[in-house]
Amino acid sequence: MAESDVKVLGSWPSPFVLRARIALHLKSVNYEYIEENLLESKSELLLKSNPVYKKVPVLIHGDKPICESLIIVQYIDEVWSSAPSILPSDAYERANSRFWAAYVDDKWFPALRGVLVAESEDAKKATIAQVEEGLVLLEEEFRKLSKGKAFFDGDNIGYLDITIGCFLVWIEVIEKFSEIKLLNETKTPCLLEWADSFSSHAAVKDVLPEADKLAEFSVKLRAKFLKARATSK
Amino acid sequence: MEDEVVLLDLWASPFAIRVKIALEEKGIKYECKQEDLFNKSHLLLEMNPIHKKIPVLIHNGKPISESLIIVQYIDQVWNHKSPLLPSDPYQRSQALFWADYIDKKIYGIGRRIWMGKEDQEEAKEELIQTFKTIERELGDKLYFGGESIGYVDVALVPFTSWFYTYETCANCGIEAACPKLIAWAKRCKENESVSKALTDPLEIYGYLLQLKKRLELQ
Repeated sequence: MAESDVKVLGSWPSPFVLRARIALHLKSVNYEYIEENLLESKSELLLKSNPVYKKVPVLIHGDKPICESLIIVQYIDEVWSSAPSILPSDAYERANSRFWAAYVDDKWFPALRGVLVAESEDAKKATIAQVEEGLVLLEEEFRKLSKGKAFFDGDNIGYLDITIGCFLVWIEVIEKFSEIKLLNETKTPCLLEWADSFSSHAAVKDVLPEADKLAEFSVKLRAKFLKARATSK
Repeated sequence: MEDEVVLLDLWASPFAIRVKIALEEKGIKYECKQEDLFNKSHLLLEMNPIHKKIPVLIHNGKPISESLIIVQYIDQVWNHKSPLLPSDPYQRSQALFWADYIDKKIYGIGRRIWMGKEDQEEAKEELIQTFKTIERELGDKLYFGGESIGYVDVALVPFTSWFYTYETCANCGIEAACPKLIAWAKRCKENESVSKALTDPLEIYGYLLQLKKRLELQ
């Protein structure tokens, strides 16, 4: 299929955009990547392709837009159905993967974002504790699912690896600013090792943002967020 | 071997009703166990330790949680009749998108309406906008699923029992703003799987008044 048939509207700091790109790389699908600037006003194309949320990522296949990162990953898995498959085929395993992806998006990620925008030391401590708690649960789930292999999905990267792995550079940035090791030998030894394996995977390493660049961006993002919060009070 | 299917339920929960409709559509026999949110059973805490919430489907001893995940599971396992999700990947992605949108919006906005605090007026505006967006997606189709009820219909229809509550608490004017949606709700009830599972709007109203009192006491 021609490269112009598949487009990804994205933004380099966004972990959700990474999910879409990693899935396409796993399937060896060529695509055109179009960068949106998250700190400036939204493009016509974005507003037209995602009128409901006006957010990235958006996958545009032919002329059809697909929105919401996990829905995009599933779509990619179904359209380019040749190996490697991303979601498990067993119904129960699929449900379990979806359950943990929902946990990450609904509970864990808001805590992670909370660390970034916390205004007081107490708020920061509380959100860090939530992030750490979540990582312990994910460590446990990793041990159950990986059965001693490198990834949540076993020998290959799968749905949960992509869902969680997209946050690794953000974790690095937060570790740097809060001077805490969120992934560590004591509480999350398996995830620590998995983080290395994931980050160095062929489908992943070329799209991960650089930690220094992301750290710089996070300062701007925090400032923008705090300003918006102050003006809405 | 016959399947053992148990549903951990709360009669008023729109999320549990989604699961019941799916089970009815597929003709699956199941046992329903009522939970008390203020006094959760050991079984619930064991089967859903992370969220401790209903609904939980227990299929041959294995738990599945989160209503839309359960509905997808049911659709995949019992694929002999009444497919809920479209088979085409693009149509499926759209169904997943709209059910997710419903999940992100309706319960939370609705709660701000029946809790009746300072943000009630704002919530009322948001609710109408949300319903209008959903109604646009329905367009002239009989159901979101096309000719028969599908995934998005199952995701949304349980909330129609709550329209009476939203109207009574805040005078939302849903029928005037979204007549097609009201017509769709009536049409859904012509399906036995839906009419069997839906709760009575007046009972829901009574339940929410009680719940509000209990929440305020906490």
